[in-house]
Amino acid sequence: MIHYTPYIPLFPFIAFVINILFGRYVRKGAALISIAASLAACAVALPAIAYVVHHGAYSVQTEWLLLGKKTLSFGVLLDPLGCVLLFVVTLIGTLIQVYSAGYMHDDAHFSRFFAYVSLFMAAMLTLVIANNYLLFFMAWEVMGLCSYLLIGFWSEKNSAADAGRKAFLTTRVGDIGFFIGIMTLFAGAGTLNFADLGHAAHLMENTPLLTAAALLIFCGTVGKSAQFPLHVWLPDAMEGPTPVSALIHAATMVAAGVFLIARSFPLFEAAPDAMQTVAVIGTMTAFMAAFIALSATDIKKVLAYSTISQLGYMVAALGLGGFAAGTFHLMTHAFFKALLFLGAGSVIHGCHTQDLREMGGLFGKMKHTAATFVLASLAIAGVPPLSGFWSKDEILAAAYTAHNPVIYWTLALTALMTSFYMFRLVFMAFFGKPRNPKIHAHESPAVMTVPLWLLAIGAVLAGIPGSPFMHHWFQNFLAGGVHAGGHAAGHGSEHVIIPFVVATSLAAAFGGIISAWFLYLKNPGLPAIISRVFRPLYTASLNKLWFDEIYTILFIRPFGAMSRALYRIDEQVIDYLVNKTGLATARTSRIKGWIDKHIVDGLVNLTGWTVQLASALVRLLQTGYLQHYVLIAFLGTIVLFFIELRK
Amino acid sequence: MQTHLLSWITFTPLAGALLVLLLPKNNSRLIKSVATAATLLTGALTVKALTLFNAAEPGFQMIEKAVWIPQFNVHYYLGTDGISFPMVFLTALISILACIGSFGIKTREKEYYFLYLLLETGMMGTFLALDLFLFYIFWEVVLVPMYFLIGIWGGPRREYAAIKFFLYTLTGSMFMLLGILALYFKSEPHTFDWVRLANAGFDPGFQKIVFLALFLGFAVKVPCFPFHTWLPDAHVEAPTPISVILAGVLLKMGTYGFMRFSYPFLPDAAEWFRPALAILAVIGIVYGGFVAFAQSDFKKMVAYSSVSHMGFVLLGLAAFTSDGFNGALLQMFNHGTITAGLFLLVGVLYDRAHTRDMGAFGGLSAVTPVYAGILIFFSLASLGLPGMSGFISEFMTLLGSYTYSKLFTGLACIGIILAAAYLLTMIRKVLLGPVNDKWKGLTDINLRELITLVPLMAFILWIGVYPKVILSYMASSVQVLLASVGGVS
Repeated sequence: MIHYTPYIPLFPFIAFVINILFGRYVRKGAALISIAASLAACAVALPAIAYVVHHGAYSVQTEWLLLGKKTLSFGVLLDPLGCVLLFVVTLIGTLIQVYSAGYMHDDAHFSRFFAYVSLFMAAMLTLVIANNYLLFFMAWEVMGLCSYLLIGFWSEKNSAADAGRKAFLTTRVGDIGFFIGIMTLFAGAGTLNFADLGHAAHLMENTPLLTAAALLIFCGTVGKSAQFPLHVWLPDAMEGPTPVSALIHAATMVAAGVFLIARSFPLFEAAPDAMQTVAVIGTMTAFMAAFIALSATDIKKVLAYSTISQLGYMVAALGLGGFAAGTFHLMTHAFFKALLFLGAGSVIHGCHTQDLREMGGLFGKMKHTAATFVLASLAIAGVPPLSGFWSKDEILAAAYTAHNPVIYWTLALTALMTSFYMFRLVFMAFFGKPRNPKIHAHESPAVMTVPLWLLAIGAVLAGIPGSPFMHHWFQNFLAGGVHAGGHAAGHGSEHVIIPFVVATSLAAAFGGIISAWFLYLKNPGLPAIISRVFRPLYTASLNKLWFDEIYTILFIRPFGAMSRALYRIDEQVIDYLVNKTGLATARTSRIKGWIDKHIVDGLVNLTGWTVQLASALVRLLQTGYLQHYVLIAFLGTIVLFFIELRK
Repeated sequence: MQTHLLSWITFTPLAGALLVLLLPKNNSRLIKSVATAATLLTGALTVKALTLFNAAEPGFQMIEKAVWIPQFNVHYYLGTDGISFPMVFLTALISILACIGSFGIKTREKEYYFLYLLLETGMMGTFLALDLFLFYIFWEVVLVPMYFLIGIWGGPRREYAAIKFFLYTLTGSMFMLLGILALYFKSEPHTFDWVRLANAGFDPGFQKIVFLALFLGFAVKVPCFPFHTWLPDAHVEAPTPISVILAGVLLKMGTYGFMRFSYPFLPDAAEWFRPALAILAVIGIVYGGFVAFAQSDFKKMVAYSSVSHMGFVLLGLAAFTSDGFNGALLQMFNHGTITAGLFLLVGVLYDRAHTRDMGAFGGLSAVTPVYAGILIFFSLASLGLPGMSGFISEFMTLLGSYTYSKLFTGLACIGIILAAAYLLTMIRKVLLGPVNDKWKGLTDINLRELITLVPLMAFILWIGVYPKVILSYMASSVQVLLASVGGVS
């Protein structure tokens, strides 16, 4: 079965082709086609993963492009790291598509939706099994396209159309960095294969080029995984249908940035400055996004900022050298965050609003949604033994063993905030009394609730393979891979439970839940008072730290002004000069024509002929100067030509 | 036929043009059929040549050489190699599609198709001629029909645009002619022969002057900043199929001139002018992108995007690396297919709505979904989405120029972001947002229009996914060119 690995992305790609070309004939069958393709991909992927677990990495490649004397080969690499992603993407992708069949049931562009989702799956799966940066980048960009198309899926809404464009352009800024990074690597080491990265890092060791390459590649992560300062697109991306938010903007695509760092780990390890930057950016992002999530009132916006924050967590983990920790959190997060988004989708489906302030008391009306949502919230808050606890604990442990107290305590504080805003959401939406009597919530159909429960199983159990109960099987599996070779073993402490870290983590989790309970269930009047007391902080959080406004002033407006100014220069300077030159030439030729006509008697015959010809052409062109000029220039050349020949 | 294949390719359109002249003026159907048949036949001959083409051979193939004007040592000399053949193929392809795209033209059809076919002969000859005198004749043959095609069948300001195009190009080609004559008189014995001139080894001072003269001729055609202002006017006024030819083939004549003549004849000067070329390229890329972003006229936006994308070709040429040269040549081909598609699509919209103001549209994706899908496809190709051809060639040129100058490469990358900005903004304005009631009745793209677009899409995807095939046709000749200018592989 392992030899069929290269064909995994082909199944969803075929589904894409069928659905995009024959959408109007297959109609609701589009969902079946896409889901079947996903299941087929699972059927090939799961045995392949099993193979890698038992026999180690698998790779194969074929020649694709000649670059100078080097050939660039495209191929497949399935190592333990890739297996983790492959597992997550096929499984969660399939579940979300099943859910979408229910969620999108009445949409006018049902088949187009599934076409885009299938194309996304194909691109994401290609990215996961790609063996080199170029193929990776190509899949990465196609994913970005799908993200663009799906964010703007309801494009008749201006906000959706704008959000799609914003997402594409913002991530493209990061992608250009990534692109230059790839070139830097290729110029420096002559290879783009992931398997040769260790060697490449060795070749470029201690050169500024290595740090530059690593940081430029990291730019890709900053864009795709919505890290500071390019995180602004992800909250807007919530304009897309909710299953898309779950699949692309929470579980898989945005995590690809984290995957990129993990893939490039040998480079980063050899460039300590780059590592430091990664850790700092990740930590900043984690904290900042959690801070903004505290005051958000749109259920999807809370989750969007939460995603940014959790991605920051993963990036920070990798920056601290916690290869296994970051990858582990990527996996657990995929389960519980997909579940949270699908739960939110079910809530929106059931009560037709996204505003938390209008919800309340939904638990009684939507038991399945509420129960699974609470489970996912417990997981992200880090309550043991749910999945989030184990992975978050690993990350804190990585910060702790890296002896970086600032990062450690920032991340711990972020954990507290995470637990708080999640349970603020839970208490506002599902508990207490209904705030808006007009909302008649109802539970979603089974096609939506069954995937919720299946994901809930993942959210609860996904942490176990990395826990002491299974002797840190997950970390050891990763360490056996191509990349984790030296370093995961080096951080032996990762696998030991550090009591101090566990205590911090537990305090953060329960502290957040209890304070949320106290503020939003016990004393519902209190949050308003607190927001008045800490008004500057509250406004800052509510206004998302004014990033959009600042970017508008700093970049968007100058960009427009610049393009208009250059256009004016083009028209009023360059073209003006051109027109003036033309007119001046014409005038000269007219004067010369006058001289010819009235003074040079000897050339009367020639003149007469010229005028005749010119006037014949004038009728065609309705202007008199050009031909004259052309003729003179041409005759002159011929005369010169003959003079030279006579020599 | 096999022995004079290149002559057949060059003159079949001319034969078609003469045949069109003999047809009755009112039988528009017959005229169109004959013209299309002529372009199709030329296409078939080109495919035939493709099957005979030996990709491993770096030098010229299918050579035809005969004495033409013995007094001046002028030869009728045709030949093709890996540099010119992709352009010949592109010309044949675009000519067929633009001919089908011309069916919408209703006035003075006989003259139109006569000039159109004459234009094709000129373009083919320009790419195949290996004698400078012959080359110059074909180069000027292109100019005349183009002038009339814009000036008679164009938009409201057609006369201004046509004259501007004519004057600009003619001024350029005057300098080029001087350069050609200088080469002729400097060589001993006097010759226009490509092979002799390439081996002449002129002294560097002379090279610089001639390079500059040829540069002016070629740069206007590319168009290279700051000689580009004829382009937006010509494009906006030209009828759709002529815009397609203009962007698809004519612009490439300029960059082809660099590769075919300036570089091999004047390697020292090429080296000397390299920084200047790179700077102009980067200015073109960034400046073109910004100005494209400022446009509200759809067609003008595509026209300025050409300035930006052709900048990549120049950047690749300034790189003096195998990736840069191959990338530049491939970018010429890819820009030809992608921009031709975009102009066709502008035409589709203009034929129905009679406006090109992007702000006047909105929500067309709901009204004309197939058109929307295809427009998005070509936009993505143009903004360099991987998996499509534009990405490969831009990647290669940038990779090539990276070893030359990191700064220029980095600046050129801004152009990639700009391309995404103006193309997505165009999509946002035209296709997305609420449906504008005014356009509710717009009909979707028809079969004839699809026929003109689908082949282009096939090439874009094919090269984007598997570029090895087309590159293998170019590689060996490009390697020779690289060696002649002393570049690194």
